[in-house]
Amino acid sequence: MSAAAPRIERTSLTWNVLRVLGCIIYLFLFAPVIVVILLAFNSASTGSFPMQGYSLQWFGRLLENDSIGDAFVTSLVLAVSSATLATLIGIMAAIALVRYNFPGKAVIGNLLSLPLLMPEVVLAVAMLLVLKLLHQPRSFLLLLLGHTVLALPYVVLVMQARLIGLRQHYEEAAKTLGAGPLQTFLEITLPLVAPAVIGGFLFAATLSFDDITATLFWKKPGIETVPTKIFAMLRTSVSPEINALGAVMIAITILLSLLGSYAMRRLARQG
Amino acid sequence: MSAMGHPPTYAKGVIGRRRRQWLVGGADNVTGLHEKRAYRPFLLLSPALISLLLLVLAPLVFIFVYSFWLRAANGQDIPAFQFGNWQSVLGDPFYWQGLAGTFVMSGLTTFVCMIVGYPTAYFLARCRFRNKSLLLFLLLLPFWISIVIRTFAWINVLGREGLINATLMALGLIHTPLNLLYNDFSVIMGLVYLDLPYMIINVYVSLDGIDRNLESAAKTLGCTPWQTFRAITLPLSLPGLGVGCLLSFILAAGSFVTPSLLGGPDTSFFAQLIYDAIINQLDWPTGSVLSLLLLVTLGLVVATYNRFMSLNDVYRSFAK
Repeated sequence: MSAAAPRIERTSLTWNVLRVLGCIIYLFLFAPVIVVILLAFNSASTGSFPMQGYSLQWFGRLLENDSIGDAFVTSLVLAVSSATLATLIGIMAAIALVRYNFPGKAVIGNLLSLPLLMPEVVLAVAMLLVLKLLHQPRSFLLLLLGHTVLALPYVVLVMQARLIGLRQHYEEAAKTLGAGPLQTFLEITLPLVAPAVIGGFLFAATLSFDDITATLFWKKPGIETVPTKIFAMLRTSVSPEINALGAVMIAITILLSLLGSYAMRRLARQG
Repeated sequence: MSAMGHPPTYAKGVIGRRRRQWLVGGADNVTGLHEKRAYRPFLLLSPALISLLLLVLAPLVFIFVYSFWLRAANGQDIPAFQFGNWQSVLGDPFYWQGLAGTFVMSGLTTFVCMIVGYPTAYFLARCRFRNKSLLLFLLLLPFWISIVIRTFAWINVLGREGLINATLMALGLIHTPLNLLYNDFSVIMGLVYLDLPYMIINVYVSLDGIDRNLESAAKTLGCTPWQTFRAITLPLSLPGLGVGCLLSFILAAGSFVTPSLLGGPDTSFFAQLIYDAIINQLDWPTGSVLSLLLLVTLGLVVATYNRFMSLNDVYRSFAK
């Protein structure tokens, strides 16, 4: 074995136990998700085991269900708009925190990360209370602002990490050559951080698309996003239709994450 | 989403410092324009700070104020300064049991995540698969899937006609389905499922950053593998373990969907009590007190953690 050999020998009992455990944990992480996808194709009408054959009827049933289509549109519009807002606000804050020195920097950085450690329920109640005090009904605007605030700390942290990792020679060169701060940002910094911007945007969009706890508090009665729709449907029973909807959601989010990491890698290579 | 969470590393010494000044506006110092540009970072920060102030901090102050308001018999809330809401909540054993129950369940969840997650992270950090990045990607994958889906998936697994019961019955090991669902067991199962990736990733990053030479040295000096682990590996991985535990606990203690979907009639997580007070009972003063109680008790947990470990590690772990 090489000098950097691990302390636990590869042939030892301990290592084999670890290996088995690792496999079990990965099974544990994916079995429930795979079960959802499997049952979505189950032809039985009870949505449970044993499987009785394969059918696509539950996906067809989804398409016929208008309320699910509405929930999809709501979720999508909300995700794209809140992620756009969060990314815009987040990138500005991250640049300030990484590229400038100013009094109170550490405090502000910590303050911006604070919502990460706050229970979502408390944030949900707090924002809803403001709306109540203003005598406003629950609206799409509340969901939009709320989801933006939920995603903002993540975007700031991801962007900060990316900006720190970025070498600044290019920016220096641009400034030396007479570019103004805006021109430097648009022509040098932005293309270089584009992978992080896309990554941050996708992260924020998924966060919004998947959010349920705060959304349950904030949504107007009658308006549903996909997660709250699933939650409402689960109140009756687990039907195969829910499994089909879950399978569609899983496919969409996994495609998005693959697309995101692919885009980030491509852009990073170009940069 | 990749590992980019290291702090800024500026070259030390004169050249490094000069370059750093240049980047932070040092060039302006030379020409005496520095004062004019001092507002720029605040300009960039203002949208974030304003949204934080208006949408997070101010609403928290309102919750605090509202917790003293008077709830009249007709359901109207009257501005007041009285401790009736606080007294009725703090004097009610029901809420204390809810809080204690939430903390016990969250503690158990954290414990299970720790016991199961640490060895898994160790395995990941030390294994020599060529596709280790694929294993890490798979670990991050569940984060992209909605909590509500990852939670109801367990109904399919643990239910009376779920995967486990169907398998055991088909094998003839049992003849009546086991009651695995809608109890504390299924809630902890669901919570562990959601929190485990956080634990594994944070411990993994810690273990991955340990200088292997230290372990080699310990072995050369005559340590057994177990002694090496106790004296070198475990202490050096404690920061990651700490972050993992804090996150698991906080996420579990604030959870609403998992206990609602997987819990039984007796399950009452604190977030469920808050939802019930505000959305179902429309009792805002009580809901405000309950929200503050959850916020303060979890804040105490975070503050205790902060005394022994650094919160920066926690924030940084989100950027991975």
